[in-house]
Amino acid sequence: MTLPEGVAYREIDGERRLATRGEPVYGEPTEGEWRAWVAARSKVGAMLDREMDVGLSPGGTVLYLGAAAGTTASHVADVADVVYAVEFAPRPTRELLGVAGDRANLIPLLKDARDPGTYAHVVESGIDLLVQDVATRGQAEVALANRRFLADDGRLALSIKARSEDVTAAPEAVFGDVLDRLREGYEILDRERLDPLHEAHLAVVAAPR
Amino acid sequence: MTDGTADRGWFEGVAADDLEGLARAIREGSAERPRDWPALAVEAGFADDEAAYYDCLQAAAIDAASAATSERERAPDQQLVHALRAAEDLVETTNELAERLAEWGASAFGGTGGATGDADSGVAYAHEVAARDPGDPTEERIVAIAGRVVDLDAEREALRAFVEAEAPRVAPNLAAIAGPMLAARLIALAGGLEALAKKPSSTVQVLGAEDALFAHLQGRAPSPKHGAIYVHEYVRGTRPEDRGSAARALAGKLAIAARVDHYSGERKPEIDAELEERIDRIRSRGES
Repeated sequence: MTLPEGVAYREIDGERRLATRGEPVYGEPTEGEWRAWVAARSKVGAMLDREMDVGLSPGGTVLYLGAAAGTTASHVADVADVVYAVEFAPRPTRELLGVAGDRANLIPLLKDARDPGTYAHVVESGIDLLVQDVATRGQAEVALANRRFLADDGRLALSIKARSEDVTAAPEAVFGDVLDRLREGYEILDRERLDPLHEAHLAVVAAPR
Repeated sequence: MTDGTADRGWFEGVAADDLEGLARAIREGSAERPRDWPALAVEAGFADDEAAYYDCLQAAAIDAASAATSERERAPDQQLVHALRAAEDLVETTNELAERLAEWGASAFGGTGGATGDADSGVAYAHEVAARDPGDPTEERIVAIAGRVVDLDAEREALRAFVEAEAPRVAPNLAAIAGPMLAARLIALAGGLEALAKKPSSTVQVLGAEDALFAHLQGRAPSPKHGAIYVHEYVRGTRPEDRGSAARALAGKLAIAARVDHYSGERKPEIDAELEERIDRIRSRGES
């Protein structure tokens, strides 16, 4: 698979690294206008590194659920046109606000991803890419509830954290359950474990159906 | 739309230069379904073009998120500490006043004044006296005092309920492991969640046992095995010879929980699970 336009492997600090062009955010190494996208700190970065087609493209609109401090969201915003970044915890939102200050196309929203009605009056319809990385129980339900934002040909890039669903169950069993529920509204296109970069996480690319 | 009215965007009915009003609309508004808001906003004359729309949206969104963040962060751990300390003060004051009441009540109404020495019977006696119809000015004062004891006890209970509800919001992981009251007490002992997050687990283990710790440091006593965490079932419910290990394991996970709560705020149930496993192992030592 070829990388999305705006994302490339660059020689940074003597290493070949995934990178985007933009203001540095979290102390990542840079080379000219390129800054390294550290896959160990970003599930979307890890997905691209695994050659998964996450559906990120220049000119697209992105709804990012679980933006946290904006580490990954900042790279996504380097590529996409508009990124709606939803985060529920106040502390990381502080840092997210700092990232938004440097990027005109990143729109921070302190909202609960489990309750899309509280931001459907702000986030536009026809979103091209829904990124979801929320550490909460009911990750399939969150994806289903937010399907309303997606364009018919849009994509879901989901990172499922097994331990958020059930700490005691085997990750594979948890992933099976989540995928089953997800199929009520999505067609699974691709999936891959992100271990060892992200332990007990399953990355899923899906399309609304 | 079941009621036939279309969902309204955040910008509708607010002037484009009213940043405060727009931020409020973002925070408080809602809609069932999203729509093509940028196009609708341009069409409605809210913005000249979509670029101007996004500029305005971002400014309002940053304003909204930063106001909401400040509100939610208004040092909730310090509020929790105040509430817990007030609850502790109330316990002390209630007991003191109940004791006085028992003595005075017994002299005026006969009986023992409910005095068996424990707080619950003191409060129960206060309820009894408060319900009396005073027959003279002396009894009036006694009944009034009884009413105060009843009120103080009710407030203590309300504060306890407040702390129990608030602790999991301030420190979700710490409250899940320690229970809300102990979580609040540890935060209070450390002086705040950040201060607690910066303490090594060996300090967390003996928080609240400062007297014993200083006696130990002066060579007068063995090192204390536990402080405030003694009330936790994992410590109290473990056989005395293994209590030191249990307290160390518990304190280790409490220290981690406080750090996660302070630095990320995200709930991590794996901490509880690991601790439970560790305690099971400690407790099974004596069984074979």
